[in-house]
Amino acid sequence: MVGKSEESTLELRKVYKWLMLFADRVIVNKDYLNQLDTAIGDGDHGSNLSRGMLAFREQITDDLATDSAGLLQQLGMTLISNVGGASGPLYGTAFIKMSKATKAQSEISEILASGLEGIKLLGGAKKSEKTMVDEWEPVVEALQAGHLSNDIITSSLAATKDMRAYKGRASYLGNRSRGHLDPGAQSSAYLFESLLEAGVLDE
Amino acid sequence: MSKAYGILLVSHVDSLAEGLVRLVQQIAPDVTVRRVAGAKDGTIGTDFDRLIETIDAFKENQILTFYDLGSAKMIIDLAISYSDKEIVRYDVAFVEGAYVAATLMQEDLDLAVIEKQLLKLVIRK
Repeated sequence: MVGKSEESTLELRKVYKWLMLFADRVIVNKDYLNQLDTAIGDGDHGSNLSRGMLAFREQITDDLATDSAGLLQQLGMTLISNVGGASGPLYGTAFIKMSKATKAQSEISEILASGLEGIKLLGGAKKSEKTMVDEWEPVVEALQAGHLSNDIITSSLAATKDMRAYKGRASYLGNRSRGHLDPGAQSSAYLFESLLEAGVLDE
Repeated sequence: MSKAYGILLVSHVDSLAEGLVRLVQQIAPDVTVRRVAGAKDGTIGTDFDRLIETIDAFKENQILTFYDLGSAKMIIDLAISYSDKEIVRYDVAFVEGAYVAATLMQEDLDLAVIEKQLLKLVIRK
């Protein structure tokens, strides 16, 4: 390995590809996310998040007059402004925290760990409460151990199915919240699948 | 005549918050009560940008916030970190909390007294 780039640990083109792939997945699966959210929440996770990702996609042009941190920051602010549900502030905060960590030249595992930290702080969720944290935490742990795979992403998502919800509207359902995938964990799985596909982790 | 504190109501539905503003102003005509309710497109949801604008519109430097549900709580927390104003979020019953706070603010009672009353109205949100 020769001369690691000093500009940023995240290559702009790859980050751009990552976020665009994430946008595509969210937008294409809007109805599916709504459907998951109808089972245990208020049924708008897909509509809300895809509204935010559409707004971001419209703002971003191919000439990318920014850097990786700037792009993450812009996505964060766009989601906070355009998504009128809990996913706006949660994802928004995650991307803004990741932007800051990127600016500080952190490694990708630290960057995602800081996003997770932001989500936990704002939403107050811990592991096993059937939220997006249940997707983020195993992924961050795998990254820290140096081996994130699609298997980890998929199995973490599947594990939310039998969990009982302790946060948000799903928590009012008590044990009846079991038996459904968590919509926030599903959209987070899209984020991490996109991360792998975009090659952000590749040397 | 304005007071030391203002009241901000954050809700997912505008007509819900509008009704609460009316209810509260009836007993607290001198208290500034503002609302941020509904998503940008008028559907059910919350609006961070309008929250920031509304906070800026207060003459009062200290704002007591009351809210209905989870994502309103989150944008209030974000606003707290963005704004220079002193904003306090109360995890209390939305209607009763705002009503009690306004009643006591109208009578110029100290924040400590108000908060003591609000403590009785804390719920899991």
